[in-house]
Amino acid sequence: MKEQENVKQGSLKKGQNKNGEGKLVPCLLIGISVLFLLIMLVFPLVEVIYRSLKEGFEVYQNAMTASNTLSALGVTLIATVIALAVNTVFGLCASWLLTKFDFRGKNVLSTLIDIPFSISPVIAGLAFIMTFGRVGWAKPLIDWVNEVFGMDISLVFSVPGVVLATIFVTFPFVSRELIPVMQAQGSLEEEAAAMMGAKGVTIFRRVTFPHIKWALLYGMILCTARALGEFGAVYAVSKARGKTFTLPLEIDALYMAGSSDSITQAFAVSSLLVIMAVIILILKQVVEYRGKREQ
Amino acid sequence: MSRKAKKGKSVVPGFGLTMGVTIAMLSLLVLIPLASVLVYAFHMSGKEFLELMMRPNVKQAFITSISCAFIAAVLNCVFGLMIAWVLVRYEFPGKRLMDGMIELPFALPTAVAGITLSKMYSEEGVLGRLLQNIGIKASYTKVGLTIALVFIGIPFVVRALQPVLEKLPDTYEEASTMLGASRAYTFRRVIFPELMPALLTGFGLALARGIGEYGSVIYISGNSAKEGTQVVSYIIMQKLNSGNVDYEGAAAIALVLLLVSFFLLLLINIIQITAARRTKQ
Repeated sequence: MKEQENVKQGSLKKGQNKNGEGKLVPCLLIGISVLFLLIMLVFPLVEVIYRSLKEGFEVYQNAMTASNTLSALGVTLIATVIALAVNTVFGLCASWLLTKFDFRGKNVLSTLIDIPFSISPVIAGLAFIMTFGRVGWAKPLIDWVNEVFGMDISLVFSVPGVVLATIFVTFPFVSRELIPVMQAQGSLEEEAAAMMGAKGVTIFRRVTFPHIKWALLYGMILCTARALGEFGAVYAVSKARGKTFTLPLEIDALYMAGSSDSITQAFAVSSLLVIMAVIILILKQVVEYRGKREQ
Repeated sequence: MSRKAKKGKSVVPGFGLTMGVTIAMLSLLVLIPLASVLVYAFHMSGKEFLELMMRPNVKQAFITSISCAFIAAVLNCVFGLMIAWVLVRYEFPGKRLMDGMIELPFALPTAVAGITLSKMYSEEGVLGRLLQNIGIKASYTKVGLTIALVFIGIPFVVRALQPVLEKLPDTYEEASTMLGASRAYTFRRVIFPELMPALLTGFGLALARGIGEYGSVIYISGNSAKEGTQVVSYIIMQKLNSGNVDYEGAAAIALVLLLVSFFLLLLINIIQITAARRTKQ
């Protein structure tokens, strides 16, 4: 069905093009675009794989099973899962609030939510150091909590710090995908359900959720992608290799070590993230396609 | 929407709960930490602040970050417009694959992109050698830095333009062609004004990202103070990392960087609103 539609549209457009522009312009534009994307996007991918395998499979395998790499993989996964959970809860609440109700300061709130998008990730890391670090104003508070409850938690230069930084940079990802969809949907259906006596949870589960599930999934995929690869923000609050380093930080450490062996290892670890990136892109494409088809 | 829904008196439940959760999480995770940076930046006296900003390496870093991000964003607009146009208007084999690839820079960790581009454009890399033959040194110069920013920014422009291009009705173009306008004239006077707001959005996003970018640029730029290839994010990080940590300096520079980004985004918003008004008339 979809294919047929595409073909139809395509032929229509080809006919139209013959009126306005010859064959040369489209070919030229397609050519330049393809060339640009080949050089900018495809070449780097090939380069990573090539460099990671340059010194044989054994080196590759060693790099992958090094204890630092495994620890980094663990921290990365922890940070990603928590960031994803937190931002999904936040995204659902924020988009419900911003699309189902009218209140004063709505525009301000929606602008504030998008702040992490336009801020340097380094500043995000800095923000947590200034709050919870040695010099931060909230440091006495944390010390007090630790003392009273007999705990030893520190929020920067530790795994919790990495998690906080990751949450910060991925904060608006889910809400930004949900808001347009929920806005387009309006709130008439929800109002009707509420009038008929449905509870909040039921309204969300039975009325709203079916409309937004693909957008939600899409936002979650984007959030995962960013969380897996965040570098600047995490770099500011993580200093202990093998303990609080994430995969991108481990790559940095290996690359900066400078010897040709360690650089190859850096690319080997990179290839792991490249594979994850490609899987994420494929998932994203599938979700996008399914979402469009259901509409 | 019904009049009842106004002023929070909607029949839909959950106003209090979602308001509470949203405000609490936003404050705790984003606003309060950011406010600490502001507060910390003001620990400095005005004179110290000015002295810091006037330091050659700090000044140069701001110039480098802004100019390279600007050039990269302009390049992204040119190529992004072309790619979005091709993806929406033409049919060719491999189109779906190309469409799916656009977001690669979002999915690929910046550190991976950084080390890869840096090696590719270095003297031993494939593209680096090619460019060397025509006399351009890419890695460890501003050229390389700009290339990295083009890589990071391209999806912003393409994704901003695509939906607008898809919705653009063919009728305007047809009318224009019927009335005897050339293809180029039609594009310039009919299509381009319609795309302008979206193009500006993409430009703004790419610029904002470029000015603050860290991971993808620090390897390829070489971070040399002498060559002027240090970016602002690098200077901030340096103040956090080096032996004598300078938190106040880092916070002050971060504050200026924040102000610059907000000012640029505001400027773009104003241009956008003016442009939208003109189209309506």
